Amino acid sequence: MSGAESDPSNAERTPEPRADVCVIGAGPAGALAAYRLASEGHDVVILDAGPRFDPDSRIERMERAIRPAHPDPEVWDMGGERDAYSSGGERFYPLNSSRVKGIGGSTLHWQGMVMRNHEADFERRTRDGVAADWPIGYDDLRPYYADAEAELGVAGASDNPFAPPRNEPYPMPAFEPSYSDSLFAEACERLGVSMHSVPNARNSETYDGRGSCVGYGTCKPVCPSGAKYSADVHVRKAEAEGARVIDRAPVQALETDRSGRVATARYATPGGSEYRQAAREFVVACGGVETPRLLLLSESADHPDGLANSSGLVGRYFTEHLFCGAGGLLDAETRQNHVGFLTSECHQFYDDPGQATEGTGGSIPGSDADLGPIKLEFLNYAGPSPVELAMGAAEFGDDLLDSLQDAYGHNIAMGGLVGQLPRKENRVTLDTSRTDDHGNPVPDIHWSLDDRTRRTIRRANEIQHAILDELGVDVGWTVGPENTGPAFHHMGTTRMGADPAESVVNPRLRTHDVSNLSIASSSVFVTPGALNPTLTIAALSLKCAEHVDERL
Amino acid sequence: MELTRRDALAALAGAGVVGASGAAVLRRDADGATGEPPAAETVETATAVAEVIYPAAVSNVPEFVETYLSGRLEARPEHRAGVEGAVAELDRFADAFYDVPRYVDLDADRRLTVLHRANVDENDPDPDGGPAERVRYYVVNDLLFALYASPTGGELVGIENPQGHPGGADSYQRGPK
Ligand SMILES: Cc1cc2nc3c(=O)[nH]c(=O)nc-3n(C[C@H](O)[C@H](O)[C@H](O)COP(=O)(O)OP(=O)(O)OC[C@H]3O[C@@H](n4cnc5c(N)ncnc54)[C@H](O)[C@@H]3O)c2cc1C
Ligand code: SF4
Repeated sequence: MSGAESDPSNAERTPEPRADVCVIGAGPAGALAAYRLASEGHDVVILDAGPRFDPDSRIERMERAIRPAHPDPEVWDMGGERDAYSSGGERFYPLNSSRVKGIGGSTLHWQGMVMRNHEADFERRTRDGVAADWPIGYDDLRPYYADAEAELGVAGASDNPFAPPRNEPYPMPAFEPSYSDSLFAEACERLGVSMHSVPNARNSETYDGRGSCVGYGTCKPVCPSGAKYSADVHVRKAEAEGARVIDRAPVQALETDRSGRVATARYATPGGSEYRQAAREFVVACGGVETPRLLLLSESADHPDGLANSSGLVGRYFTEHLFCGAGGLLDAETRQNHVGFLTSECHQFYDDPGQATEGTGGSIPGSDADLGPIKLEFLNYAGPSPVELAMGAAEFGDDLLDSLQDAYGHNIAMGGLVGQLPRKENRVTLDTSRTDDHGNPVPDIHWSLDDRTRRTIRRANEIQHAILDELGVDVGWTVGPENTGPAFHHMGTTRMGADPAESVVNPRLRTHDVSNLSIASSSVFVTPGALNPTLTIAALSLKCAEHVDERL
Repeated sequence: MELTRRDALAALAGAGVVGASGAAVLRRDADGATGEPPAAETVETATAVAEVIYPAAVSNVPEFVETYLSGRLEARPEHRAGVEGAVAELDRFADAFYDVPRYVDLDADRRLTVLHRANVDENDPDPDGGPAERVRYYVVNDLLFALYASPTGGELVGIENPQGHPGGADSYQRGPK
């Protein structure tokens, strides 16, 4: 790796002598909070468990992403003792495929779809009689959503009739729909299904000093051009505002003083030393799994069940979005795999998943079952990428080319997301039988699905099959309730609420128990909705920063 | 279909060696080489492999391979050792199966047979694996990556902007020709 990569052993990693705020975690949640607080003139120090990656290494990482010798987690150096974990629940949870540790966090690897939650997402109990309501509503988050869209740089259009109200245009125009979207559009029209654009945290034109998308097609897990937003952008901006970043500095525990406030974050360094960073305010932004783990690791005589855990809910209500999809072959060219992102989706079945539709040439029957929200996606990367196929093939020359020509060109597919109901038994705990590279118990993920989620996935499949059938697709695969998997959105685990007995943080994102400890993360989500979470994380993080600023 | 200099530069750009414009390689041509060029044997052996793993429809393979390998090995010394080691393995296979000292001395049929008999086709690529796995990773897959992530290689398959090639955000909007 080149010189810009952080030095594993020698870099200066002693604590900042004077810090107003210590932000733990340099993913989007931590980066945005740090940037905002540094911009307000506060002394901010950011600690992250992982390294600072050299931007020049991204092309090499892209090659790793395409070449079959390198599994996905290797692209961003995930795995090993640092990232050991257990998955003790009913379903296996692939933790190391679902996050990245380092400056930028999991947005280095993410897809970059960014939507505002619908109003109904905040009122699941009131509207559906399931789960719980959030203590804040869409209107409370609305200005922060606009702010977050400007910060991330979102390319979008106001063409989604099902989206919550918005006043301001998107910062950039939406990406034009793909050719395969146009194939779907005809089938959807015949069935009475609406398509609309996907808001993308990806430059459709030059924005904020970063160039527009050049079509490498490997967005997930790496965008070599920097057109896709990743949170290292805001870490650099925070530094420009005077914040200091200490990388490869996993926080081992938060330590409280006699008044019950957090006094220091104790962190390890690659050289084998431990230091204590003092600050007036602490913001934990370690993602949905490491955030509860850190609180649980911070147990002490004063906090025998872990920090901020008087409710006993730290780690509980771990939720995910489940992928559902179907695809197959069409007797026409479908032009897939030119870019690695989506241009069209459908929120028609979000607030009313059971609705029947009627179009110009057919219909989708309704359902009166109890269902959760569904988001539908029209994929631009269905089927194999020829370059990846070639490198895995067992034949060469003209035979190989023949096979590639046979395999490429006719695939088409839909995806979708469904959010599971939060359940108390789905949780992150500490597995004391295994330790990480610093001797700390590893996180143990207990994960299972409820019947309502399974039913909703089945409904999503029904709609997807109707659309694919109408299009004339020979459906070859379906991901349904039996073979579904997580969308890699960790939520729940330190839920927000007004009642300290029922939640970990209050509506101002501060923990009920500890007066100078806030959490910026999807871990505060009360319910998951079915939309990709990061814009909401970003909005909450900006709100969190505002409240921390008010206290300083 | 002729593999052009633009393909080689595009492949290099995809491999992170030069900017998408190929500026570094062009500069080197003008000013004289900065890094160490690959040994002639390395280029010859890789070309001999490319000629049997690339489809017959592509031409100008030697120049393409040379431009690609030069740029890539000069820029990535740690990769260079792997490629050179894998080339040496190919010579050992040639010796073991046909009693000739160098892979390049075999005719095309035998070059392909060597790859099959040594299980380079069936083995998973692995930079740290056994001989066949390293040949697959450092020679065969390097060359397949160079070809199929380039515009010409993509077009052979039907995609003018294959994964790994920064061909812009327009091609995905276009219908079939
Ligand atoms: C493959 C994939 C695709 C995705 N696609 C999308 C998408 O299209 N849209 C969307 O909205 N979301 C998507 N996501 C999810 C998105 O990446 C996350 O929601 C987002 O990154 C979470 O932000 P965060 O800051 O809370 O956590 P993270 O980004 O995970 O960052 C947490 C940071 O905390 C650090 N950390 C952890 N523990 C410690 C410790 N003890 N001490 C110090 N530092 C610590 C880590 O090193 C890490 O850098 C995707 C995720 C994946 C993996
Ligand atoms: S398609 Fe665009 S956003 Fe995706 S990797 Fe390529 S340049 Fe980046």
